[in-house]
Amino acid sequence: MSGLMSVFRKELTDNLSSKRFLILLALIYLAGIATIYVVAQSIRSSVDANTQFIFIRLFTTSGEDLPFSFPFFMSLFIPIVGIALGFDAINSERSSRNLSRLLAQPIYRDAVINGKFLAGLTTITILVVSLVAIVSGMGLRMIGIPPGAEEILRIFGFIFISILYGAFWLALSILFSIVFKRTATSALFTIALWILLFFFMPFIANGIGNAMIPVNENSTLELAAKNDELTRNISRISPSTLYGETVQVLLYPEMGNPSALLMMISIYSSGLIPRPLSLLQSLLITWPQLVSLIALTAICFSVSYILFTREEIRST
Amino acid sequence: MSQATSIIESKDLTKRYGNFTAVDKLTLTIREGEIFGLLGPNGAGKTTTILMLLGLTEPTSGMLKVCGYDPLHEAIKVKRTVGYLPERVGFYEDLTARQNLDYTAALNGLSHAEAERKIDEVLDTVGLKPKSDQLLSQFSLGMKQRLGIADVLIKNPKVAIFDEPTSGIDPEGVEQILSIILGMAKRKMSVILSSHQLHHVQRVCSRVGIMAKGHLVAEDSIENLGKATLGEGKFRIEVQAAPITEKVVQAIKHIKGIASVEVIDNVLKIGSESDVRNLIARAIIDNDSLATGMKIEEYNLEKIYLKYVKEQ
Repeated sequence: MSGLMSVFRKELTDNLSSKRFLILLALIYLAGIATIYVVAQSIRSSVDANTQFIFIRLFTTSGEDLPFSFPFFMSLFIPIVGIALGFDAINSERSSRNLSRLLAQPIYRDAVINGKFLAGLTTITILVVSLVAIVSGMGLRMIGIPPGAEEILRIFGFIFISILYGAFWLALSILFSIVFKRTATSALFTIALWILLFFFMPFIANGIGNAMIPVNENSTLELAAKNDELTRNISRISPSTLYGETVQVLLYPEMGNPSALLMMISIYSSGLIPRPLSLLQSLLITWPQLVSLIALTAICFSVSYILFTREEIRST
Repeated sequence: MSQATSIIESKDLTKRYGNFTAVDKLTLTIREGEIFGLLGPNGAGKTTTILMLLGLTEPTSGMLKVCGYDPLHEAIKVKRTVGYLPERVGFYEDLTARQNLDYTAALNGLSHAEAERKIDEVLDTVGLKPKSDQLLSQFSLGMKQRLGIADVLIKNPKVAIFDEPTSGIDPEGVEQILSIILGMAKRKMSVILSSHQLHHVQRVCSRVGIMAKGHLVAEDSIENLGKATLGEGKFRIEVQAAPITEKVVQAIKHIKGIASVEVIDNVLKIGSESDVRNLIARAIIDNDSLATGMKIEEYNLEKIYLKYVKEQ
């Protein structure tokens, strides 16, 4: 236990004082604040007398000059932070010849990997919480409307899922830092995987969906809905889809079901504007996504755990 | 030879990587307070043996006890009492010497106050106290190696294992390292020194073990190994004389300190405890013969080592 705490303390100090992290922190703060500034300018035009959750709109409105909203910005940056904190966790210890000296100390071997993961997770938590706090504070000043209790809970949910999303990328990059002996290889590999999952997964899912259930303008609604569902299910392989859907449900209470097309259909067919979902219902809808994200993180972490504790320490 | 308590014991210790046997039926005893030299060519299985002693690598079969513990199942207890300095040790380059040692102390469960005191003490022992607040990136290889020894001393080990502590170090640095090692043995620590620098080993080690292809081919004091491989006596003297008569041989045998006399190919091969060339020369002349050439050499570890390794 004392071994774990010692590793944790050292790694956390390293993380928080490393140039890599400070640069990233400055970038993210700047980008986050810029996003929210633009949003606050245009928020008035997106709000009318019937809008229920005004404060939370801060997080969901995309500005006129800025093509993306705050959650999109988070889904872009959190993986980078996770990768930056984890990609050289183990292989840098190896290449700096610290690893065998470290493992010759009276600690269990898993203390090293647990300590590193926990330190990374704490760093991500600090980053996300402080960023959301800054953004909320700024927003409060600029629009002057305090958040309601439910909105605060939804923001907490958003923070939690963002940290979880970061934990996944951290666990994945730590895994690659064990598998690949060179830091450059593991960094490139994790970034390649991130690009694939983040930017190309929607296209891939679309392609497969259209190939399996072809749709055109003459297709029935039923067929279009099937196509949409298949495409969504395929793209849920990517954690960024899972994150995006969860955030959507949490922060857009009016939008309810993540399947937007079905939503539209129901709106058009019933002619009713849907009532916002309650927090409990939002959580229920996002439950599968949440569990999938936790499971993905747990898989990555346990594979790295097994690989690292079973690994033979060789002389060379 | 005094029979001190043994601190490391192994019996038929074997390690295989697939079909390759890195260490084959190693039976080894290391006693308290001795400096043991572990020698052998590259790939002989020295580092594998060391890693097994620390419980970092799992033996395929055989018995191993370190300070009474089984390194495989009681790895933490073993690592608490055994310090290890890996070959070409690395430290965190962006931390100072003191911060690096602080981390080791914390990993060993030392309290803050205890760690401060101990770090001062060991930095003093290895002569790095003035450099304690310098970043590791500014350290020379010799300083890093000495810091490595300090890193081992932090935990007050009963056994210290040094893998190539003197390779690539300048002569002055080597002097310092060897004297630190001798000082450790005086404080009843056992030291295992794995090295290719045989003259360094010879200077500090009380006993050596020579490994070749996974086998321990010799294990004894340097003196005994010398006797076993090179014949009696500390010095080898080769004398060319004409003629070599029985009288000459008898006369030389009677000189004090002569251990053995042989005649091979008209050359007298003499083993002696001291340099007695002048007495030998006189004995030859007194017996109406003529000494035409004389060579003397002290036996050294290199000869012993090469003999054992070549035999394999």
